[in-house]
Amino acid sequence: MSIETKVDSLPGDPFRGERAREIQAAILRVLIPILAALVIGGLILLILGKNPLEYYGYVLRRGLLTWGGLQETFTRMAPLLLISAGLIVAFRAGIWNLGCDGQFLLAAVISAAVGPALIDVLPRGITLVACMVVSVLVAALWSLIPAILKSRYGINEIITSLMMSFLGISFANVLVKLFFADPGTTVPQTRDLAVVDRLPRLFDTTIHAGLLIALAVVILVHLMMTRTAFGLKLQVVGANPAAAIHAGLNVGWLTILTFAISAGLIGLGGSIEILGVWGNVRADWNPAFGLLVVPLVFLARFNGYAVIGFTLFFSALMIGGDSAARRVGVPSDFVLVLVALVLIFLAVVEYLDHLRRKRTTA
Amino acid sequence: MSEIEPPAMSSGISHAAPPVVAVRQVTKRFPGVLANDRISLEFRAGEVHVLLGENGAGKSTLIGILAGMQQPDEGEVLVDGRAVTIGSPRESLEYGIGTVFQHVLLVPSLSVIENLMLGGNWWQRLSRGPALARFRELSALLGVTIDPDAEVGRLSLGEQQQVEIMRALWRGEKVLILDEPTSMLTPQGVHDLGQVMRRLRDKGVALILITHKLMEAYEFGDRISVLRLGRVVGDIPPERLRSMSEAETTEAVIEMMFGSTAEHARDAETLVGRGRPVHRDRTVDRSAPPLLAVRDLETEATRGECPLRHVSFDLWPGEVLGIAGVDGNGQKHLAEVLAGQRAVAAGRIDLAGMDVTDDGVPARRRHGVRYVTDERLGEGTVGIFSVATNLVLKEIGTEPLWRRGWSDWGRIHEHARDQIERNDIRTPSEKTPVARLSGGNIQKVLLARELNTDARVAVFNKPTYGLDLQNTRIAHERIVTSADRGVAVVVVSTDLDELIQVSDRIGVMFQGRLAGIVENGPDVERRVGLLMTGAEAA
Ligand SMILES: Nc1ncnc2c1ncn2[C@@H]1O[C@H](COP(=O)(O)OP(=O)(O)OP(=O)(O)O)[C@@H](O)[C@H]1O
Ligand SMILES: [Mg+2]
Repeated sequence: MSIETKVDSLPGDPFRGERAREIQAAILRVLIPILAALVIGGLILLILGKNPLEYYGYVLRRGLLTWGGLQETFTRMAPLLLISAGLIVAFRAGIWNLGCDGQFLLAAVISAAVGPALIDVLPRGITLVACMVVSVLVAALWSLIPAILKSRYGINEIITSLMMSFLGISFANVLVKLFFADPGTTVPQTRDLAVVDRLPRLFDTTIHAGLLIALAVVILVHLMMTRTAFGLKLQVVGANPAAAIHAGLNVGWLTILTFAISAGLIGLGGSIEILGVWGNVRADWNPAFGLLVVPLVFLARFNGYAVIGFTLFFSALMIGGDSAARRVGVPSDFVLVLVALVLIFLAVVEYLDHLRRKRTTA
Repeated sequence: MSEIEPPAMSSGISHAAPPVVAVRQVTKRFPGVLANDRISLEFRAGEVHVLLGENGAGKSTLIGILAGMQQPDEGEVLVDGRAVTIGSPRESLEYGIGTVFQHVLLVPSLSVIENLMLGGNWWQRLSRGPALARFRELSALLGVTIDPDAEVGRLSLGEQQQVEIMRALWRGEKVLILDEPTSMLTPQGVHDLGQVMRRLRDKGVALILITHKLMEAYEFGDRISVLRLGRVVGDIPPERLRSMSEAETTEAVIEMMFGSTAEHARDAETLVGRGRPVHRDRTVDRSAPPLLAVRDLETEATRGECPLRHVSFDLWPGEVLGIAGVDGNGQKHLAEVLAGQRAVAAGRIDLAGMDVTDDGVPARRRHGVRYVTDERLGEGTVGIFSVATNLVLKEIGTEPLWRRGWSDWGRIHEHARDQIERNDIRTPSEKTPVARLSGGNIQKVLLARELNTDARVAVFNKPTYGLDLQNTRIAHERIVTSADRGVAVVVVSTDLDELIQVSDRIGVMFQGRLAGIVENGPDVERRVGLLMTGAEAA
């Protein structure tokens, strides 16, 4: 599912005549699963006795067509974009970093702990930057164990990074409850970063500046992967590790670096979500964005620009789906059903496409 | 071709068996290439049908169609006279067509026996007992000894190919297709394979053999068809082939392949393996200090590999050292150690008096060490990347194609177009994924990459594997010209004729040791032969 895709966005790859057809096929491969998922999702709603048009109508209105909803959607894009950026780096290098939720949450807690502590002594700008830097470092550090296990001992990173994710989530909770709990409330949560001290808003909206950071990071990551020597080296490691060794690339070091960058970017996502939206972390808070972003990144075929579009779609679905679910009377997790359907159809379309390709090009 | 030339049909087919498999007017296009152009051929039981043709002529494409890997754009495939669609490799096997592809398709992380059991249906239990029995049967038939539990990735290419043949024969076949099966085998291996082919033929199997060596075509083939630019340009039926001498056959085939005989006389010699040594008259100045000094090299091996044991030799600038030996006697480790791709367990390597033992690939490359691997798809290239990217795979990040870490794709592509032109790489474009090129053209990409910059030591592992006669000659010439320019060259090959043609001295690997080094000259074949069997250095 992943391997053939990597070529698509390399500037140096399929040649021109084919290129237009490739892009067209790529768009179809994505639109068909989404439409099919919406149709089947609608059928499920019908079976549940709900009106699917009403549900989708609310999703659309709340997620995109009202000003308040649209702002929320944009705000939600920021962490999703940063997680995507982190996953693109890893996946293109053939490293399956599935530890995103743990990395995200730990980074979030660190920002929530450092921010209120520093703001008393440092100006706001420095505090915010310091929070982000520390969060990025902590997340990167957290990825070191699976990274070293993989590069030194060849242990599969899917399992180790997932394990570290569970550990990270629990550890984040421990931190909130035992070390950074706000003594001022009975609720186990960190001290609050006052609204005025958080990331600045964009103009008169409720959207915070983290969105701009996230967009810039995604674009930079895309350029890094497609236009720099470093990105190309990572892709060689991802596409054929034996060739990487043959070409003299330091595969072990690149693996560790990839993990660190990937986790660091995901951590940045956790940090700005706290600094921009929440201001604190409650115990047991876990948005589990990773669950959603992994399929999203696959849908986008590891392409940074495509990721931006999909993130918008998924954010709108999440924001709109939440309120639509409440109004129509289905569980708010119904969005996850839709996401699952998208995934299933994605796989089906991928398979059919594979058969078709085999018939034409082998 | 029988449809096109009715007279040939009446004389050629009347007393032969009916074709078990045939293609009729088959056309296959790829973006920018017409790989098969209205090909009609018939393959008969009890006949070894040889397909010849230059690199990129369309041989692999044609058998890919028979093997169910690809569908023809036009024309039809007939099995036992019925038109069929072979939609997948599995269907091909079900029609009784077994194929050994040019590139190894085994799963490297599984053991030999596991790979062989993979062909079964997914709903059936994998049972080791019967599989082992069949494995022994086939081992006996092929006359090979392979550890059924060895991890395939650890086997030498020659051994992997033997496993491939077993995999194709696993179900007992009607048709066995072999795409360049001999390119990696020793003369003995080729001889053994010939015996296997004859036995199978006598049992009524239809064999299709693709090769670039006319000697083999003559020795093993009952019928020869020649492809050129996707078309069948000639055919020698069994009666005619039997009445021809080897020289006559060579001449006839060369004429079909290239249209005229005179200007390709040297190619013909390469083809039949009777070429004059390319650079016999040059002498190497061994009074100067050697460029490369290797002392007591040892490596560690995992199961199935052959490690190096106390390998020592000196190599002077401008000298070509051939490394002969049966595949799997440590040649791969030797090549990798010289390239810096494998760490040594003991010993020392000096390059121009400098200790480079602990240098990795990038440092060795900076010192001018070049390595042409024999695993061109496994490690030599990244198949899904463009020809252009693969041409600079070992220079990623260096000026001038990269500036401060940024890729200059414009220049990378320009560089590629230049290399493609100079090395006659047949590809629709520099942006084509390298895996889509024909085997010989992928090899040309490797040779171009390693020889385009200033080299001081060049290691070639089976450099002409998969090249057609013309390109083989060109590769030999490039090896010799680089030696003439002062490069110290190591050529690893299982083809002794090739080594005799290009080498100044020939060393023989046996069980990880350098059993001895002999000067190239009269009588060299016998002396190398002695060393190959493990006799001590003469
Ligand atoms: N999957 C593919 N996609 C695009 N082009 C292809 C593909 N497979 C083969 N070709 C092209 O078709 C032509 C014929 O290739 P083929 O592999 O059949 O040659 P061949 O006769 O086997 O050559 P060789 O002796 O080098 O193996 C080549 O120009 C090759 O680049
Ligand atoms: Mg071929």
